[in-house]
Amino acid sequence: MTDPKPVLHLDNIVKTFPGVRALDGVSFSVMPGEVHALMGENGAGKSTLMKVLGGIHKPDEGDIYVDERKVTMSGPLEAKAKGIVFIHQELSLAEELSVAENIYLGELPRKSFGRVDWTRLAEQTNAILKKLNVRFDAATRVGDLSIANQQMVEIARALTVDAKAVIFDEPTASLTDAEKVVLFDVIADLKADGVGIIYISHRMEEIFKITDRISILRDGQYQGTVNTAETNEESVTQMMIGRKLDLSRKATNHDLGDLALEVRGLSCGKLYRDISFQVRRGEVVGFYGLVGAGRTEIAETLFGLRDPSAGQILLAGQEVRIHSPADAIARGISLVPEDRKGQGLVLGMNCRDNMTLPQVDDLKAGPFMAEGAEIAIFDQYRDRLDIRTPGWKQKVGNLSGGNQQKIVIGKWLSMHPTVLIVDEPTRGIDVGSKSEIHKLLRELAAQGYAVMVISSEMPEVLHVSDRIVAMYSGRIMRTFTSDEVTEDSLIQAISGLGDSHAA
Amino acid sequence: MQAGQLSDAMKRGAIWGFIVLELIFFSVAGQYLSLSDSAFMDLDNMLLLLKQSAPIGIIAMGMTIVMVNGNIDLSVGATFAIAAIVLLNSMTWPIFAGLGDWVIPVAWLLALAVGTLLGALNGLIVWKTGVDAFIVTLGAMLGYRGIVFMFNGENPTSHLNWTLVDLAEAEFLGLATASWFLLGVTLAVWFLMTKTVHGRNAYAIGDNREAAVNAGIRVGPHMLINFAIIGFLAALSAVVFYSESGSVNPNDGQLYELWVITAVVLGGTKITGGAGSVIGTFGGVIAIQLLRKGLGHIGADTSTVNLVIGLILIAVLFLDRQLNVRGKEELKV
Amino acid sequence: MATMTKQRIAQILAKQGILIAFAVFMLAFTIANPKFITVDNVFSVVRSSAILGVMALGVTFVVISGNLDLSVGSMMSFSTIVVLDLHDKLGPLMAIPAMFAMTLCLAAFIGFLVGYLRLNSLIVTLGMLSAIHGLTLTYSGGQNMDIANKTGTWFGVFGQGSALGIPVPILIFAGLAAFLGLVLAKTPFGRKVYAVGGNGTAATFSGIRRARTVFMCYLISGACVATAGLIQASRSLGSQNTVGQGLELQVLAAVILGGASLLGGSGTVFKTVIGVLILGFIQNGLLLVGLQFYVQFVVTWVIIILAVWLDIAAKRGKLWSPIA
Repeated sequence: MTDPKPVLHLDNIVKTFPGVRALDGVSFSVMPGEVHALMGENGAGKSTLMKVLGGIHKPDEGDIYVDERKVTMSGPLEAKAKGIVFIHQELSLAEELSVAENIYLGELPRKSFGRVDWTRLAEQTNAILKKLNVRFDAATRVGDLSIANQQMVEIARALTVDAKAVIFDEPTASLTDAEKVVLFDVIADLKADGVGIIYISHRMEEIFKITDRISILRDGQYQGTVNTAETNEESVTQMMIGRKLDLSRKATNHDLGDLALEVRGLSCGKLYRDISFQVRRGEVVGFYGLVGAGRTEIAETLFGLRDPSAGQILLAGQEVRIHSPADAIARGISLVPEDRKGQGLVLGMNCRDNMTLPQVDDLKAGPFMAEGAEIAIFDQYRDRLDIRTPGWKQKVGNLSGGNQQKIVIGKWLSMHPTVLIVDEPTRGIDVGSKSEIHKLLRELAAQGYAVMVISSEMPEVLHVSDRIVAMYSGRIMRTFTSDEVTEDSLIQAISGLGDSHAA
Repeated sequence: MQAGQLSDAMKRGAIWGFIVLELIFFSVAGQYLSLSDSAFMDLDNMLLLLKQSAPIGIIAMGMTIVMVNGNIDLSVGATFAIAAIVLLNSMTWPIFAGLGDWVIPVAWLLALAVGTLLGALNGLIVWKTGVDAFIVTLGAMLGYRGIVFMFNGENPTSHLNWTLVDLAEAEFLGLATASWFLLGVTLAVWFLMTKTVHGRNAYAIGDNREAAVNAGIRVGPHMLINFAIIGFLAALSAVVFYSESGSVNPNDGQLYELWVITAVVLGGTKITGGAGSVIGTFGGVIAIQLLRKGLGHIGADTSTVNLVIGLILIAVLFLDRQLNVRGKEELKV
Repeated sequence: MATMTKQRIAQILAKQGILIAFAVFMLAFTIANPKFITVDNVFSVVRSSAILGVMALGVTFVVISGNLDLSVGSMMSFSTIVVLDLHDKLGPLMAIPAMFAMTLCLAAFIGFLVGYLRLNSLIVTLGMLSAIHGLTLTYSGGQNMDIANKTGTWFGVFGQGSALGIPVPILIFAGLAAFLGLVLAKTPFGRKVYAVGGNGTAATFSGIRRARTVFMCYLISGACVATAGLIQASRSLGSQNTVGQGLELQVLAAVILGGASLLGGSGTVFKTVIGVLILGFIQNGLLLVGLQFYVQFVVTWVIIILAVWLDIAAKRGKLWSPIA
């Protein structure tokens, strides 16, 4: 028997953008019937690599081989024609069109006069849908499908061609556990058919469950490929971040202050129900759960962006009603939102103006903005948070993710809140900034802030929190103190397995 | 049935419900207020209505394509005027003197070709420069109108060709020539948008442009073709209308874009693209014409028509939004 | 590096392109006809641009907040007709505030629809273009409006008068531009307008009341329109009821020419003024070199597209769009 030949081989790919070496000599191969994980921190070059593979970027150096033949890709269409298919993280579907039209987007079967051959389209589509074992048909409008089913449509798209390699980019980000099982079945089928699979994900447990080998990128550089069976989470993490991130647990090392925030029986329609918890000054309370567990929605309610349908919010023992962010700010609540670019920053504005945005009405000299005071505030928080920027005039859109996040944090610290809510504080930022932000959150608690941290990363929650609220499907399942929490019990609680406890 | 489906169904049927309401209202109100003896729902009156819908209706079909595609065209009124001038003026050109009545098809073709080219020019600019269609066609609206005025100043351009007028005033199976053109164009565009690959791709581009690009749909040529089509239809509208009237003022067609966009939006086409139907637009065109005629029937003047149509456009937008609000749980941003 | 300098040049062009274009224009026309740059001519150009300019100042706020206003033309007709009508009924002193109040009511209605109800501003203002046109025709009964006693009123001062040798319309335009320029660039409100237009969601998440900010922008636009209507009425002491028709497009053209993005969040009052002056001087220059009046529309068309094109080309670093 001869050795199997790789379906896809990347050889020494280099890609530079002005000022950045985004990919620096990346090489790896995908064998037929292999699930090959590609891992790396955000910004490590995974998406650039995929864009090179998809023909969206041209590599400066290096070659791509499909079935041992050298190829150049001019665009997604050519990649697809050569058997390289992408399942995108952000669904690229036209919601108003039917399932069939989406699956054959760009290559609808034709009849005379440029007509669509609907009969053939339906036949082909139904054949593929049958293979995927889904419960919708070719004529369904895509906008009427659940996210998981929409993803199935994307996968069905991959099956329309004789795929040699299929690239899954964070496919489970918005799937439920049951939906994940279906997805993994589909991947197993593809694998059995001898298709090579590149699986991009941050979720370790998935990686170790379904992949055969793992290739790792860091800062655009290829770190190596390991057999999944012969490695463990720790060593993969170390390869990804280059050094050990200090995520040891820290017990509360200062006294807790007064009760700052109390929530009693808060509900908001179907989003979350009967939520009760307390946060004291000097305390970091972590909120851990899956995406969609209702954590962000609670934060948005506390910040006046959603109206609760029942329950009470108490600040320092006084019941309050918060109807708008302005109300929340006036009462000393600040929110560092989940979506930094969409909700946290006005990217076209400069650093100073972004930082002082919540207090524009208070920074006045006569009728005008007190620009000197603004610059003073900016300078203060630039120094305190070590924000690296050429100056306050720099547009925020030009900063790195970590520095952008520090601008948002600085913006809210400068409001001197009592309760600081941070939602996914380190999503998409580099390791260095990550540990700085962790340290900062601890410091803030020590200075008497009441801090709520919402995070989907368990190590982060374990590292920064004094107590952890575990949520599942809109309910609090259990509240842990830092002494009693274990990874297992936490996972059980957020999967809906633990008992329901009030905080 | 899901809530979304209910509101979808309501939206799809809304324009026809509105038309029925108009008919009832004007028939009843007409009994008390009308100055004329004839009933509003009189067959002749309705046939006339269809004919009078033609100029706006033909262009509205093109606007449906362009808006579904995710663009907009504000220059249709000016294109309409230019095509009219080409039609009427070219019939007097000395080089065509020997053609006799054969000058008619030549003039028609010339006018249609000019309209198509002006539309294609917009499309080409949108494609190649990447400037938003709103700005490109806003500029063209000024520029094309400038060309109209440069041609003959403030004076009308007139030419009556009696053969042509007879043709335009002819009726076939009880319907006027203009009505046939409107119905024909509606059918053709309906076919294009629902049955052909080009039409379906237009929906895909308007719905999710990036997905369309990734799927290898060539966005640029689609936009170019669709702008050429709306240019062609603006010219066809002019050809049909001015064959009969024989005289064009340089201000003719002004505010047509307003009427056309109103009809298309009333007919349920999404402003951001990706959704809309040709049949809905046809309903929108009829609804507007009905309103104009109906208000005239009960003695209101043009000023009231403008007022009412503007407010109805806003009301439709408001209702559409109310149907899509998810309730109290929604994020307040 | 060569690419760096090229980028730098592109950046400078993108930032100051409009000023450079303006200078080139002035120079070219001056060479073609030296009369172009005389004080008399400059005054006459600015004076005739004042009405358009005053309206453009208000629309600048609306556009920076991320919205459109296509109703300013018909709203200006409304203001003009109303103030002329009320002049004879209430006297000029009462007519002016009454007209402002009525115009502001219309503007507030639009601001309510776009700001608080979050309706699409293009369609809302298109609808209001038609509705206000109808309202004006109804108000005037379809007739032109004239002041009965044109010689016995001081009302003409806003359009015809002059102070210190400078025509009053220019003074109003300049004063309003200076005032609104300060409001936009230097006050908390101005900052909020940029934030709401740049990223409305982020502005809301920073405690800014987005709806109120948009509403205020439309009120400012309405006040500017009323001022323009006042100048228009005062200049001729009589008017057709379609006097503002089509102005909304020229106003928008001036604002876009000044470099404000229709997506919101960028633009300045100063640049809009330059945009207005460019339009005015083009019109005047073309006439002076002997071209037809209507050529200006064609030239405006070309200039608008070139201006926006070069602006986005500099931002993306490529002249041609990457659309396939």
